[in-house]
Amino acid sequence: MLLRKLIIATSLALSANAAHAGCGVAEGRVNIVGNEFPAIHTVVKAAQTCADENVSVTANLTADHQKINLAGLQGNPAEYTSAIIANSSIVALINADVIRPLDDLIEKYGQDIPKSNLITVDGKVMAVAFMANAQHLVYRKDVLEEIGVEPPRTYEELLEAARMIREKGIMDNPVGGAYQSGWNLATEFVNMYIGTGGEFYKPGTAEVSINNDKGIAALEMMKSLTEYMNPDFLTHDSNATNAEVEAGNVALMNMWGSRVGVLMDDEGAEEVVYSNVAVDGPLTVAGGTVPATTLWWDGWTVAKNISDEDAEATFVAMMAGTSPDILNDETMAQAVWMIDGYEPAPVNKGVFAAIQAQSRPYPMLPYMGLLHTALGDNLSDYLQGKESAEEALADIEATYTTSAREKGFLN
Amino acid sequence: MKHKTFFWFVLPSSLAMLLFIFVPIVSVLVQSVYVDHAQVIKEVENCGPFGCTTTTAVDQEATQALQQASPLGRFAGLDTYLDRSHLAIDEVAAAWNRSTGIGDFFDKLVNLPFYKAMSFTLAYTFIVTPLVIIVGFIIAVAVNSATRKIRGPLIFFSLLPMMVTPLVGSLIIFWMVDARGVVGAALQYLAGDPDLSVKASTPLTWVMLMVYGVWHSAPFAFIVYYAGLQTVNNDTLESAMIDGASRWEQIRYVVIPHLLPLTTFIALMQLMDNFRVFEPIVSFSASAHATSLSWAIYNDLGGETRQLSSAAATSVLTILGIAILLTPVLIRTWRDFSRK
Repeated sequence: MLLRKLIIATSLALSANAAHAGCGVAEGRVNIVGNEFPAIHTVVKAAQTCADENVSVTANLTADHQKINLAGLQGNPAEYTSAIIANSSIVALINADVIRPLDDLIEKYGQDIPKSNLITVDGKVMAVAFMANAQHLVYRKDVLEEIGVEPPRTYEELLEAARMIREKGIMDNPVGGAYQSGWNLATEFVNMYIGTGGEFYKPGTAEVSINNDKGIAALEMMKSLTEYMNPDFLTHDSNATNAEVEAGNVALMNMWGSRVGVLMDDEGAEEVVYSNVAVDGPLTVAGGTVPATTLWWDGWTVAKNISDEDAEATFVAMMAGTSPDILNDETMAQAVWMIDGYEPAPVNKGVFAAIQAQSRPYPMLPYMGLLHTALGDNLSDYLQGKESAEEALADIEATYTTSAREKGFLN
Repeated sequence: MKHKTFFWFVLPSSLAMLLFIFVPIVSVLVQSVYVDHAQVIKEVENCGPFGCTTTTAVDQEATQALQQASPLGRFAGLDTYLDRSHLAIDEVAAAWNRSTGIGDFFDKLVNLPFYKAMSFTLAYTFIVTPLVIIVGFIIAVAVNSATRKIRGPLIFFSLLPMMVTPLVGSLIIFWMVDARGVVGAALQYLAGDPDLSVKASTPLTWVMLMVYGVWHSAPFAFIVYYAGLQTVNNDTLESAMIDGASRWEQIRYVVIPHLLPLTTFIALMQLMDNFRVFEPIVSFSASAHATSLSWAIYNDLGGETRQLSSAAATSVLTILGIAILLTPVLIRTWRDFSRK
């Protein structure tokens, strides 16, 4: 913690000396809260070049950002002037009305931002996206060659390949997946349910409707997959799943595009593993045409409860943080940047394939977060064989309905 | 002590208690009987890098107006306490009517989040607390009878589990019991089952969490008992020895009665602590197998949409639970006190 503060302070001091002209704003306070991974570090580092004697740029990057960003934006003046969020987490900030529409700032400073990066809600720009992410197929070339099959295009083919790998004795548990009880597991269900063509709510209402044939089909496919996973799958998040891949125990999985880079570098794994990791587009399930995945963007916002000077400084600093200048050899492969001059690396093929296959974005609904929590709490009973798929789905619906009533989405 | 002196003596701590204990509890109580306003939902068009979709969003202006009219939200009375996520009165009644036997009823009961959390919380509290007391006592007696030279290092090592941050300590054990960790692999070898996984089995996860609990808290009981052992009357011990009491008899009839008041103190502290079991569930990623009331509060607040009223209701229920648990111990202490 201290080390990070020191690094931030030093880089602040250095950048203040290097670019004393700032980024064209006279004064202001910029404080960014966001998730912690390499791409976001790059953005924040670039935003900090706007710091000078009158403009302060600080940041708090943590994996727990979702637990603190709302509280940090609610005060007046707000502690954070900008939150870096994704399409799921922006909803909580919009619901609580703590981020400001950016239209006037875009008119003044942001003419260069590509129109497709603007996230508009009800005609007002609420965020600016800078990178895309999606889960897609990651596989081991050498293992699939050994059993003589092409990379699977459907989950059914993936199961067949997994069976062959196990029967040939190459790996005991060849399938991986971030199935950790809670947020991760819920995300996998959302992917699979979308793949079966299911709708989460009765049209136009906040009433949940997942206890149907499609919900059951999604759950059954998830259970079939877990039979080829390490028995500890309910404790594996993305990092633990990646560790299984690097240890050479996993040959097939659905994984975040932003997490594949570390699998392809030569750290933490043997040569046979990292040189054979390959990516492909997301899979379909149960004869569906919509890929069983969701598209995500990461973007930045500007707090509502801050002075207009601070808002301007924040806007300009975040624009600098996501300008084409941040792209270089090192940062290029960190993410699928939605920035001019970005050239996709092989590691990003999966995310592009997901976009091209017209995958659906993660639903930006005010009550989706409640359903996500309910899913995360109740799916594990079914996967452990403690209850039937129908019972699990009924539990999820009941949990969601209880919390949606408390939050005023249902009566 | 004169009343006036007493008043000034306790004033600072009373003020601090009022400010940091009483006021927050009242605020939680108030929060738990209110729920959010009905959200005004409108249809909007959202656009982003992946195209436009028609969807719904909260109508800020309309909701703001409701919010300003009554900032606390809608008064819900005990509704939140009785809903499915808490005491689940309707669901329990339905389970009772529909169940085929007491076992079936219990299965249905622990499927409800509150009772699932309660079943683990209570099991943890009533298994870990006595074990902590016994293990702590044994360590204290053992260290006390070691030669003076090595006592310092012994005390230091015995206290280590308590000094290690709970999150770090449980993470270390979590890695050790992994199927490829030291303990996990040893268990597989001993059981002769290469597929045995502690993390995948509910009973083994419970055992792991309780072992962690004892490991983490035993040093607390140890240090209290060790301090108590220094005050054991040597004359009594010597006369017991002259009367021909064995080592066990000395402990049974001299040391244990002497340390009984300390046992009450440790039991009190441990009951409170263990009822709030939380860190191991998070760091062992054990929520699929075991949840607790504290974990439920964390889960309500940690989602993308925070459920403050639900978390507040669970907090109040936790306070009530601790009060009920401590009543027998407190009554006992009160009786001892008034006898003197």
